Amino acid sequence: MTNSISEFETADTVFIIGSNTTEAHPIIGLKLRRAALFHGAKIIVADPRRIDITQVAKLHLRQRSGTDVALINAMMNVILAEGLEDKNFIAERTEGLEDALPAIKEMTPERAEKITGVPAENIRQAGRMFAQADRASIVYAMGITQHSHGTDNVKALCNLAMLTGNLGKEGAGVNPLRGQNNVQGACDMGGLPNVLPGYKPVTDEAARKVFEEAWGVKLPEKPGLTMIEMLNAAEKGEIKALFIMGENPALSDPNLNHTRHALDQCEFLVVQDIFLTETAQFADVVLPGASFAEKDGTFTNTERRVGRVRQALTLPGQARQDWQIIQDLSNRMGYAMKYDSPRQILEEINQLVPQYAGITWYRIEKKGIQWPCPDTSHPGTKFLHQDKFTRGKGKFHPTPFIESAELPDKKYPLLLTTGRQLYHFHTSTMTGRVEGLEELCPGGSVEINPEDAAGLEIMDGEKVEVASRRGKVEAIALVTEKVPKGTIFMPFHFAAAPANMLTNDALDPTAKIPELKVCAAAVRKVA
Amino acid sequence: MRFEQLQARAKKAWQEVVSPQIPLIRMGMATCGRAAGGQELLQAFQEELAKNKIQAQFSEVGCLGLCYAEPMAEIILPGRPGVLFAKLTPAKMKKIGEDYLVHGKIVGDSALAVMGPARNGTPAFTDLPMVKGQQRTALRNCGIIDPTNLDHYLAHDGYVGLKRALSLSPDEVIAEVKTSGLRGRGGAGFPTGQKWEFCRKATGTPKYLICNADEGDPGAFMDRSVLESDPHSVLEGMALAAYAIGAEHGYIYCRAEYPLALERLDLAIRQATEHNLLGDNILGSGFNLHLKIKMGAGAFVCGEETALMASIEGRRGMPRTRPPFPANQGLFGKPTTINNVETLANLPPILAKGGAWYAGFGTEKSKGTKTFALAGKVDRTGLIEVPMGITLKEIVFDIGGGSPIGKKIKAVQTGGPSGGCIPAELFDLPVDYERLAAVGSIMGSGGMVVLDENTCMVDVARYFLEFTKNESCGKCAPCRLGTRQMHEILTDICAGRGRPGDIELLEEIGAAVRKGSLCALGGTAPNPVLTTIQHYRHEYEQHIQDQRCFAGVCKALITYSINAETCNGCRVCATNCPQQAISGEKKKPHVIDTALCIKCGICYEMCKFDAVVRQ
Amino acid sequence: MEEIKFTIDGQEVTAKPGQSVLEATLAAGIYIPNLCYDPKLEPYGGCRLCVVEIEGMRGLPTACTTKVTPGMKVRSETPEVHQVRKITMELLVADHPLECLTCSLNQRCDLQKAAAFLGVDQSRLRRSERALANDESNPFFVRDFKKCILCARCVRVCSEVRGLGAIDMAKRGYEAFISPFAGLPIADSICESCGECVDHCPTGALYVRGEAILPGKEVKTICPYCGVGCQMVLGIRQNRIVKVLGDLTYPVNSGSLCVKGRFGLDFASSEDRLKTPLIKKNGQLVEATWDEALDLVASRFKEIKKKHGGQAIAGLCSAKATNEENYLFQKFIRAGAGSPHIDHCARL
Repeated sequence: MTNSISEFETADTVFIIGSNTTEAHPIIGLKLRRAALFHGAKIIVADPRRIDITQVAKLHLRQRSGTDVALINAMMNVILAEGLEDKNFIAERTEGLEDALPAIKEMTPERAEKITGVPAENIRQAGRMFAQADRASIVYAMGITQHSHGTDNVKALCNLAMLTGNLGKEGAGVNPLRGQNNVQGACDMGGLPNVLPGYKPVTDEAARKVFEEAWGVKLPEKPGLTMIEMLNAAEKGEIKALFIMGENPALSDPNLNHTRHALDQCEFLVVQDIFLTETAQFADVVLPGASFAEKDGTFTNTERRVGRVRQALTLPGQARQDWQIIQDLSNRMGYAMKYDSPRQILEEINQLVPQYAGITWYRIEKKGIQWPCPDTSHPGTKFLHQDKFTRGKGKFHPTPFIESAELPDKKYPLLLTTGRQLYHFHTSTMTGRVEGLEELCPGGSVEINPEDAAGLEIMDGEKVEVASRRGKVEAIALVTEKVPKGTIFMPFHFAAAPANMLTNDALDPTAKIPELKVCAAAVRKVA
Repeated sequence: MRFEQLQARAKKAWQEVVSPQIPLIRMGMATCGRAAGGQELLQAFQEELAKNKIQAQFSEVGCLGLCYAEPMAEIILPGRPGVLFAKLTPAKMKKIGEDYLVHGKIVGDSALAVMGPARNGTPAFTDLPMVKGQQRTALRNCGIIDPTNLDHYLAHDGYVGLKRALSLSPDEVIAEVKTSGLRGRGGAGFPTGQKWEFCRKATGTPKYLICNADEGDPGAFMDRSVLESDPHSVLEGMALAAYAIGAEHGYIYCRAEYPLALERLDLAIRQATEHNLLGDNILGSGFNLHLKIKMGAGAFVCGEETALMASIEGRRGMPRTRPPFPANQGLFGKPTTINNVETLANLPPILAKGGAWYAGFGTEKSKGTKTFALAGKVDRTGLIEVPMGITLKEIVFDIGGGSPIGKKIKAVQTGGPSGGCIPAELFDLPVDYERLAAVGSIMGSGGMVVLDENTCMVDVARYFLEFTKNESCGKCAPCRLGTRQMHEILTDICAGRGRPGDIELLEEIGAAVRKGSLCALGGTAPNPVLTTIQHYRHEYEQHIQDQRCFAGVCKALITYSINAETCNGCRVCATNCPQQAISGEKKKPHVIDTALCIKCGICYEMCKFDAVVRQ
Repeated sequence: MEEIKFTIDGQEVTAKPGQSVLEATLAAGIYIPNLCYDPKLEPYGGCRLCVVEIEGMRGLPTACTTKVTPGMKVRSETPEVHQVRKITMELLVADHPLECLTCSLNQRCDLQKAAAFLGVDQSRLRRSERALANDESNPFFVRDFKKCILCARCVRVCSEVRGLGAIDMAKRGYEAFISPFAGLPIADSICESCGECVDHCPTGALYVRGEAILPGKEVKTICPYCGVGCQMVLGIRQNRIVKVLGDLTYPVNSGSLCVKGRFGLDFASSEDRLKTPLIKKNGQLVEATWDEALDLVASRFKEIKKKHGGQAIAGLCSAKATNEENYLFQKFIRAGAGSPHIDHCARL
C-alpha cells in the first residue's frame, strides 16, 4: 500500500476493484464501511459479484471478469474528455502520458460497455466521481492481479491515480491489499526470485556485493524461478529438491492435478509446517515448526507496518522454532549460522535492508513502525511518494486491453472466478480446524445466477459437478443474484471442493501470477 | 393567480356555502363523525332524498368539537342560516328530511342550534352552554369549513397571516409571536418566539422545521381534529415558522393511525403548492418551503423531540440527552425547530390580527387560548378551546355540564399519562401552565379526564402507569424499570397484595424516576402516582391496611351481598348473573355465593331496589 | 491544547478539551458509577448511574453526556444524587438474576462494581425476570437476555464501530430486548460473528462459550490471518488460548478483530499439530528424530547440489512466517544451498 489503513477514513472517494474487502480483509473492510457511513466517502465498487461492500457504495460497476483494463481505460477516457485530469501533477511528477494515450483514447465508454457490460453512463459517473474528489484512493487485491494480464491491470490503476494526481498525499494512493499476514514481509525479506532483501535486484552487482560481503559467499547472478515455474521444472526433473516452509501449493495453486503431479515427481521434497497439509503428504521429510502463537519475531502488514509477534504458547511435542530448524539445517550443510534469537536476526536485517534500518526490536514494542524507516530516529512513513517517486518521475505505461487466456465457449460456457470467504482463510489449514467456523460456513459451494441455474435445471442446494479443461469437482449449488448471469464463483478454501482443480495456470508474462480469476467452466447437475 | 385574485375567488366560493341555490347538507366527517356513523347516515340520507326526488347538495366538514352530539349535520336552506341537527339516527334523519328540507320546519327540539341568531326556540350555536365559554382560535375553522377546499380556508382569512409575514422581516415575525405570548402547546409550554429565535440565530444550514403531529396521550385528539378539519391552518403556521427561522424544508411527523389526517394533509400540501402558497418563491417573496409528511408507527415516545427526529432519520425512536438542543443540533445534526400542531394552528390569526390581539386572552404568563379534549364522567364530552385562566369549575360544570348521572365529581386528570389528578376542592384553580404545575399536574397537550366518586384513584394511577410502562422506549433504566416496578406495586395494591411501606416506596421510586430519567416521558411518568398519593393518600391506605376500595373498582377488595330487607326477590340479578352465583326463591330475598362471584357488578347495576350492596 | 480546570465535590480536576465530565473524572481516578459508558462509543446516557449535580444546570445531568467547561462545579456525592443512583441500581438488581458466583463475568462485571459502590438493598422491590430463552444460535457466543441491562453497548459497537448494525433494540418498555432484524436468531442475521459486542458487554449477558476460566497471562501479538495485521491480546491458561481481545491501543485495528482473529485461533492447540519430524519410508511417513530428519535433508541437499549444482534446489518461504524466518530461509537457499530459486505464495 502506498498509504495507511487509517487514511481510508479521510478519503473522499475510494475505488474498490478486485477486492472483496469486507470478507478478505475484514478490518480494512470495516474502515471502508465507516468511511462511507460516517465520513461521507463515496465508494465505487467494480466487481462482477454483488459483494458485501456494495451495500455502502454509491456506484457498483459489474464488469465481466477479466475486463478491468477496458473499464479503467474508459474511466481515464472520460476524465481526459471532460478535462478532469490533474494537469499540474501530470506535468511536474510524471512522464510518458503520450505513450499511454492511444489505449485510453480508443476506449470510449461506449466501447467499454460492449466489452465489460457496464453501462457507459456508469463508467462516466465513476470517472467523474474519482477525478473530482480531492483525495481518491484505489483499493485492489487479487481480483486485479490474478490474471494473465494482471500487470496491465495494476499499471492501468497506477495510470488512473497519476492522471488525477492521487499519489503522494494523505487519503489517496494505490493500495493493494496483501492477502496473508506476512506476505509483505516475505517480499521485503527477499523471498522472491528476482530480488534480494529490500528489493535489491539480484542482477544488480553492487547490491549483490553488499550481501556477498555480509554473508561471506558468492550469490547467484540471475533471477531464479517463480513458484509455478519451479513446479514445472520439478515435473520436468530440472529441480531435484524442493524445500517448502509453511506453504500449501497442493491446494492453493491453479490446475491442481498438474501441481500435485509435479510435487509427486519431485525427487526430494521437504516440507516444514505445523500440520500435515495436502502438500506435506507428498513430502519425503516433514519438519514440525511453530505456529504464530509460539514464536517471537516480526510481521509486516499490508501498510508496511512492522509489528511484534510474541510467543504465548510453548511448542507442542518436539516441534521447534522455524528459525532454529533452518539454522540447524544450514549448519549441517556446512554454511554456518550462529543466531541466538530472532532479535539477532532482525539486527542483521537492520544492517542490510535500508527500509528496515530504523526498525529495531524495542522501537516496535507498542505500535510498530511503517517502512521506509532509514534510521532509529525516523518515525516511519505513513504514505509513500510524497515529494517524488522512487524512480524520480511517475511513468505512465500503455495498457491496451487484452482478453483473458481462456474464455467461455460452447463446451465450457460459464466463466469461473474464485475468491475468499469471511469465515475461512486460504487453504483452511487453520480455519478448518475451528469447529465454530466450520459450523458458520461449511464450504464447498458454487454460486450460480438464477437464470443460468434455471437453464441447467439446478435448484438451490443441489449437488453439481463443475468442470473445466483441467479437472472437475463436486460442489453444492448456491443459486444467487450475487453473481451475474454467465459467471460462477467458487471459494478456493476447501479440500473437499478444491476450486483450483479447475483454474487456469496461464501466467502473467511479467509477474508470473496465474490466472485464478478467469477460466471457462461447465456445470451440470449430479444425479 | 395573485393572492388578491385567489381571495376573491374564495369569497365567491364561500358565498355559495352560506347562501346556496339549493339546500346544502354539511355532514361532520372528521374521524369522530365517521366513528359515530356519519358516513352511513349520509349515504342513507342521500339515497332517501334521491328516491323522493328532493334536490340537495352535500359536503363534508370537520369536527365542531361537540363529540357528545355526534353524528351531526348542518342543513342550509336557500336564504336561511344553517341549522345544526345532532345525535342523528337514520330515522331522525329521515324525519328531518321531511320536516325541514321539504317544509322548512323545525319540529320539537330536533335541532341543536342555529348557525346564526336564535330562531323559534332553537338557540344560537354560540349560545350553547358548551360553546359559550369557548374562544376558538386554533379550532376557528374546525367544523365550519370543508377541509378539502382551499377556498373555504382562504375565505376565512386563510394565508393572510403568511402574506403579511412575508412583507415583514423574519425578526419582525418573531417579535410579533413574542408579543402574542404564545407558548408551545405540545405540553412543555416553552415560549414559541424564543424557540424560533434560538434556531434563527443558530449557525449551520440547512435548517429544518418539524410539525409534531405525533399526538399520543390516551384520549387526546386536539391535533387530529385540527389536521382533519383545517389542515391549511397547520401548513400556514408551518410556513410562518419556517420563514421566521430560515428553513426551506419541513417535515410533518404524523402517526400512521391518523389515516384521514394524513390524507387531508397530503391534499392540502398539493393544493398549497399548486397555488404558490408552498414550494418555491411563495407568493413572489423569494421564500421557499418544501414539506414532507413522515409517518410514525405510533410510539408514544416519538412525540418527544429527540426521539421524533431519530425516527425521521430512520433510526429507532429513542430520545437522547439535551443539550445539544434541537435549535442547535436537531434533525440530521442541523438547527431545527419543532412545533406542535396546535401551536402552529394558532399562528395564522396571530400574524393576521397581531400578537397583541392574542395576548388579550389568558393570564399574565399564559397568554391566549388552549384546547382540551374533555372526556370522562362528564355530560358534554368533546373538544373545546378556552381562554387561559378559565377555572376548572367552569370547564367541568359550565362547559362540560358536570356528571351526566348526578354523581359527585371527584377530580380531573390533566396532561394525560404525564399529568396528575386535581381534586374537586381545587376546582377554583384558574387553568394556566404555572398553576397546574403548582398542584403537581401539568397542562400537557390538553387531555382532561373528569373523574367521579366511582373512580378509584389507585386504579387511575395504575392505569396510567400501565400506559407509560408499555410506552417507555426502554433506553434508560429508571423509566424502563421504574415504571414497571411502580406498576407492579400498584397492581399489588389493587389486588389486595399491598404491603406496609408500599406508599413510601412508590414515593421514593417516583422521585428517583422523575429526577433520573432521560426524557420527559420518564420524568413525568410518576406524576399520576405522586399526585394521587398527594391528594388521596387515604385511598391508598384503605387499600393496603383495610383491604377496601370504597370506589368499588378494585375487584379483589370488594364484595357483593344482598340486603335481605330491601330485596323483593324479583330475580333480575339472578337471571343476569353470568356465574349463576345468585340463588333464592321468587319473591324471597336472594343470596350471593361469594365463592362463585367474579365481582362483575352486573347485579349491582341491574337492581332497581338498591338491594345489592357493594363493600 | 489547553487543559480545562473544574471541580468535582470540591476537588480540582483537569480535563482535556472535549472530554465529558465522566471521562475527566474517571481519568482523575475518581469513580462515578456507570454502565452504558464506553470509551469507544458515543455517549448514550441510558443507565443514568452517572447523574451528577452541576451548578447552573437544571436537574441531574449525566456526567457522560456533559462536556466539561472551565470552572464547572460538579457534585457527585450529594444525598439527592446518591438516592437517584441507588434506586436506579436497585431497579436493575431487582431485574437481574442473582447468580453471580456462577456467572462468566463474576468479579469482572461492571454491574457488580457499581452495585457494590452504591450499596444496594435488594429485598424491598418486587423481583422480576425476563422470560426470554438464551440465543444460543451462534457457535462462539451466547446471549442471555436475563442478564441484559439494555445499556446497548453491543448495539452501538455493531453500528458505531463496525458500521454493520446487525442488532438493535426491539419492542418497548420492559419488553424491550436486543435483537437482530425481525427477531431472528443471531446466526440467521447479517452478524459477522466478530465478537466485538461480547468484548463490550458490561455484564454476563453476552459471553463467549467456554471462556469461563480466566487467563493466567496475557500476551500481545499479531493475528496470523490476513495482511491487515491486527494486534491482539491472547489470554493464556494451561498452554491454551482461552481468550482473545483486540488491542485497543494498536493503530491498525484499535481493538477490533474479525471472526477469524477473535474465534479462529484454536488451531494452535489442535490435536492434528505435527509433533515430531517425519520421514517417508516405503511410501509412508513415519516418525523420526530431529537428527535423523535433518541429517537426511542435509545429506540429500548436499548430494543434489554436488551432482546438479545449487540451481537444482528450490525453496518456498512463507507468507505466514516471520520476517526473521523468511530472511533466514532465503539466506539459506541463496547462500547455503547456492540456489537462485526462492519464492513464496505472494501471487496466490
